[in-house]
Amino acid sequence: MKKDVLKKAFVATVPVLSGYLVIGLSFGVVLQSRGYGALWSAAMSAFIYAGSMQFVAVELMSSAASLFTVALTTLMVNMRHVFYGLSMIDRYKNTGKAKPYLIFALTDETYSLVCNPPELPREEEKSFYILVSALDHVYWILGSFLGSLLGSVLPFSTEGIDFALTALFVSVFVEQWLSAKDHVPALMGLGASVLCLLIFGADNFLIPAMVLILLGLTLYRGREEARA
Amino acid sequence: MNHTVLVIAVTALVTMFLRFVPFLLFGGKRETPAYISYLGRLLPYAVMAMLVVYCLRNISFLSAPFGVPELISCAVVALLHVWKRSSILSILGGTACYMLLVQLVF
Repeated sequence: MKKDVLKKAFVATVPVLSGYLVIGLSFGVVLQSRGYGALWSAAMSAFIYAGSMQFVAVELMSSAASLFTVALTTLMVNMRHVFYGLSMIDRYKNTGKAKPYLIFALTDETYSLVCNPPELPREEEKSFYILVSALDHVYWILGSFLGSLLGSVLPFSTEGIDFALTALFVSVFVEQWLSAKDHVPALMGLGASVLCLLIFGADNFLIPAMVLILLGLTLYRGREEARA
Repeated sequence: MNHTVLVIAVTALVTMFLRFVPFLLFGGKRETPAYISYLGRLLPYAVMAMLVVYCLRNISFLSAPFGVPELISCAVVALLHVWKRSSILSILGGTACYMLLVQLVF
């Protein structure tokens, strides 16, 4: 593994570092306030490793929800992860023994980095995927662990720093826009998401948006291939 | 305590299941079906837009501050990115802008 890949992977994950530390911290603080210690929060972050769902899981833990409710809620909240896998099948094809871990660790943020990797020699792509996945995972566990330990005693106001994750997605969106010739898929994603957000509201829009995107891309298939 | 462990286990397993499903269905040694490869090629463009909307989903445009800090900061990210095409610069600039806006202005 070359130093150069490590450097590229680290630089790519810096935005995730800031975002995960802060959101991880707040997750730890929330869990702490419900009476669960630092080991619980580290364990949840290590094994579940899905940001927003972990906050929901805390609610489910303290509400004595049935396991069926837990499973169904997780299914709804995390359905979007199926999309990430769909777009990484070819990229992750030759990743060998690391593949199960790469798949397990495919969060929103890791996905946004590995679906848009920097210029790398082919044989180093795999190292890049592994490093990015592992670094992000470590940031997340570390953040939640520290959050539980430190509670709410932070020396300065970090209000708003979690915008780093939004900024990450916006920058990847713009980068893809600039490098793509065909803007129809991006516009389709934007249109479907905004439309469904307006119709179904903030808590329920993701699944209809995904259905609409799939439908749109499927109908677009013939045309896209004719253009390409 | 037992319930807690079970909730964590179920959440972890279902999440993992969702992440593995596409690979289990289409990721074997066989050639990936053309339709799935096609989706895989174009989905990232659509999904990134979806994630941006997802991050901004709780903004209220009908009450103060009307999403202004978010919209300004997203514009800063986009403009910085078009200008220099350095993700670090765009993200740091946009985040700093957002923090200043929510802590000092709004």
